[in-house]
Amino acid sequence: MLRLSVASWVLFGLAPVVVTAADTRAETLVVVTAAGPNSMDIHGVGANRPAYGASWNLYDRLVSFGSKVLPDGSRSYDHTQVVPELAESWEISPDRLSLTFHLRRDAVFHDGSPVTAEDLKWSFDRAVSVGGFPTFMFKAGSLESPEQFAAVDRHTFRVTLPRPDRLALPVLASPVAIAINSRLARSRATAQDPWAMEWLKANDAGSGAYKLVAWQPGTQTAFERFEAWKSGPRPALRRVLVREVPSAGAQLALLRRGDADVIFNLPAKDARDLAAEGRFTLASNLVENAMWYVGLKADAPPFDQVKVRQAVALAIPYEAIMSSVAYGRGRALFGGTEPPTAATWPSPTPWRTDLTRARTLLAEAGYPEGFASRLALDQSLADPSEPIALLVQEALAKIGIRVVIEKIPGANWRAALLRKDLPMLVNNMGGWLNYPEYFFFWAYHGQNAVFNTMSYHNARLDALVEAARRETDDEAYQREVAGFITIAYEEVPRVPLYQPVLDVALRKPVTGYQYWFHRQLDFRQLAKP
Amino acid sequence: MTVLTLISRRLLAALPTLAGVLVITFVITRTLPGDPAAFFAGPAASQEAVGQIREKLGLNRSLPVQFGVYLRDLARGDLGPALTTGQPVRVELAQRLPASLELTACGLGFALLVGVPLGIAAATRPGSWLDHGGRLVSTLGVSLPSFFLGLLLIYVFYYRLGWAPAPLGRLDAFVLPPEPVTHFLLVDALLRGEFATFRAAAAQLALPALTVGLFALAPLTRMTRAAMIEALASDYVRAARAAGLSRARILLVYALHNALLPVVTTLGMVFSYLLGINVLVEKVFAWPGLGSFSFEALLAGDYHSVQGFILTMGGLFVLLNLAVDLLYGLIDPRVARSPG
Repeated sequence: MLRLSVASWVLFGLAPVVVTAADTRAETLVVVTAAGPNSMDIHGVGANRPAYGASWNLYDRLVSFGSKVLPDGSRSYDHTQVVPELAESWEISPDRLSLTFHLRRDAVFHDGSPVTAEDLKWSFDRAVSVGGFPTFMFKAGSLESPEQFAAVDRHTFRVTLPRPDRLALPVLASPVAIAINSRLARSRATAQDPWAMEWLKANDAGSGAYKLVAWQPGTQTAFERFEAWKSGPRPALRRVLVREVPSAGAQLALLRRGDADVIFNLPAKDARDLAAEGRFTLASNLVENAMWYVGLKADAPPFDQVKVRQAVALAIPYEAIMSSVAYGRGRALFGGTEPPTAATWPSPTPWRTDLTRARTLLAEAGYPEGFASRLALDQSLADPSEPIALLVQEALAKIGIRVVIEKIPGANWRAALLRKDLPMLVNNMGGWLNYPEYFFFWAYHGQNAVFNTMSYHNARLDALVEAARRETDDEAYQREVAGFITIAYEEVPRVPLYQPVLDVALRKPVTGYQYWFHRQLDFRQLAKP
Repeated sequence: MTVLTLISRRLLAALPTLAGVLVITFVITRTLPGDPAAFFAGPAASQEAVGQIREKLGLNRSLPVQFGVYLRDLARGDLGPALTTGQPVRVELAQRLPASLELTACGLGFALLVGVPLGIAAATRPGSWLDHGGRLVSTLGVSLPSFFLGLLLIYVFYYRLGWAPAPLGRLDAFVLPPEPVTHFLLVDALLRGEFATFRAAAAQLALPALTVGLFALAPLTRMTRAAMIEALASDYVRAARAAGLSRARILLVYALHNALLPVVTTLGMVFSYLLGINVLVEKVFAWPGLGSFSFEALLAGDYHSVQGFILTMGGLFVLLNLAVDLLYGLIDPRVARSPG
């Protein structure tokens, strides 16, 4: 027992008091997940999704989002409500071109040094300078260059905008807008590496509610509560251990034996089985602003004809996909009867399976005998994209469209998307910021970003999306949003299938799970009595 | 020729092989379809963002220049960064190779301890229930997919019976690992005299090693059986029997000794094969080994990791072949005396 207590002391950096292994286990939340972080620095090259989660817990941001209870009783963050984190308060200038943040005076980094406006200046300069994902994300809120950030005094920080942008404040609440301990990071920077990318990859320089205790890439990450954290209510969990268990079968065995407290993100089939079992809490949240879809390359024959795309939308076996691929978990994005609105986004399309109409449209478009095409999928997301592709292939054969399925390895998928030469593909897309115009700007707009996998272009839609981004009048905004969704659904360059679910299984005593738009686990709300 | 000169000559002869491995892996990783820059640029990358990443990773330079840089770094012992895990490749390999080797060696040890006696027993009583039983076990071991076998063992021994610890890698998170000497947990724990740690590590190892071992059982049993049957039918065994030697002496000294050569050959082959099988076993048991690492790296097009992995494997195979050849010499002195 003594030896075990030394283990827990080393692992968790505790004072060397004699605690038994059982005590340590009892106050540690053990989370199992398929893959772990590859970096502790969300600004780093190639930082993966679990790295966003680690960074979210280790670092604070100026502002965050509030929380709400959904109609089904589960908890979610609330994107309509921006709440203080490092900033106690903030003002937005009347011309909406400057945001001034007043920092809380008692916030400290994990090494005990105070959080100042200088740290935010350095961190934001870094985000817009290092390129890649953080720079892209900042740009989504019109935050583009270091000149836009100024430390007015020790506790006042100002952001100026080149144009009003309703997404600027939400971007500052997103995982990339972290406050880094600039003095510590700069002491580790070198001439070749002025932003300390190398050091921050494996080290914690945050002021977040949890600090990093141990990280063994590919195996586990251990976190401990930061006792001096003041930027929110004190978290209940003292320690969190995130273990990487690639096999879903082994994950389930661990949960059922009580060796794991939480399985984060489990496959739809396992979630259905666990729900039926009733022994565990299953938190299932629709992933906001996300959809599985079939994309059709709209700038080349045969899918450049609206009628051909509509024929595909009429041929897809929606019900079969819902029941045998999604296992009924998820929200159908087809067969809608109401006109689309911003509030119901992602809204269901009006399309339903109707092979007779599909054949007619195909004949009208000049393909009475059909044609041959390729349907690509991302092999690293074979569940569910492969069964979807098989069902689509079978259904399209009935209207004469002969499809060959092309499985592209995960390593090559992004490159394939960037080349924009896939005639048909199965893909999913989700936006962090829950605004339809944000989704459409990346996924449908004629700027032809990588997410516009269909190379779709419609000047009328582009104008509506741009207007909605700048809109100040709510009624006009609603009209614009309904307008661009209607165009997109009428011309169907992408055929929406369903909105997926993020499933998290928790042992019964664990409470407080809250869904976040970044789809990672926030330890702060969780409790284990 | 002494053993030392044999070893040094063989190691020298392996250098061109390793150089070939170096060049071929470099060329293969570069010519595979896929673009690591696009992968690591993240979900939201534009063409420019991918270009920035490509420049950062040095992928925009010509292949000969990249190869030169790679050789220069290699000479300094730098295998480059592993983008999938964020660690230097050298560190990853140093931590993961012992984990994989320990697992494979224990699995193979189990297969040897069970397979060779089983093969001998089957050869001396062909057609008996022992022979059929051995055939059944080894056929099951080789025909059940190893991940399925692993899950089955977890289900029975961990979930149902509760005899095995949680399938969570090499050591329970709440047990302190021994001070590393060899990085083989079992060996290190014994060297430090930490018997509780040894037991904890052995318990973690039991199920994955059994999964690996059951897979290796079939070829070893079959090969031992076949070689023993041949040896038992040979003239020298008949002569030994005629001379009235004891049954045990005939079996173990005359027959087994001569049957060992093909068994050792099989052992070498099975060992290298097991390192491949490990990918799935490591996934099921969350084992932090080379297999799962190289698999993820390959999926991500992570050049440095794949190159480092193949180079390590190349070196390992050279050593393995050398060990097998030395064993030949021990078993059959004629092999050691023949030139080359």
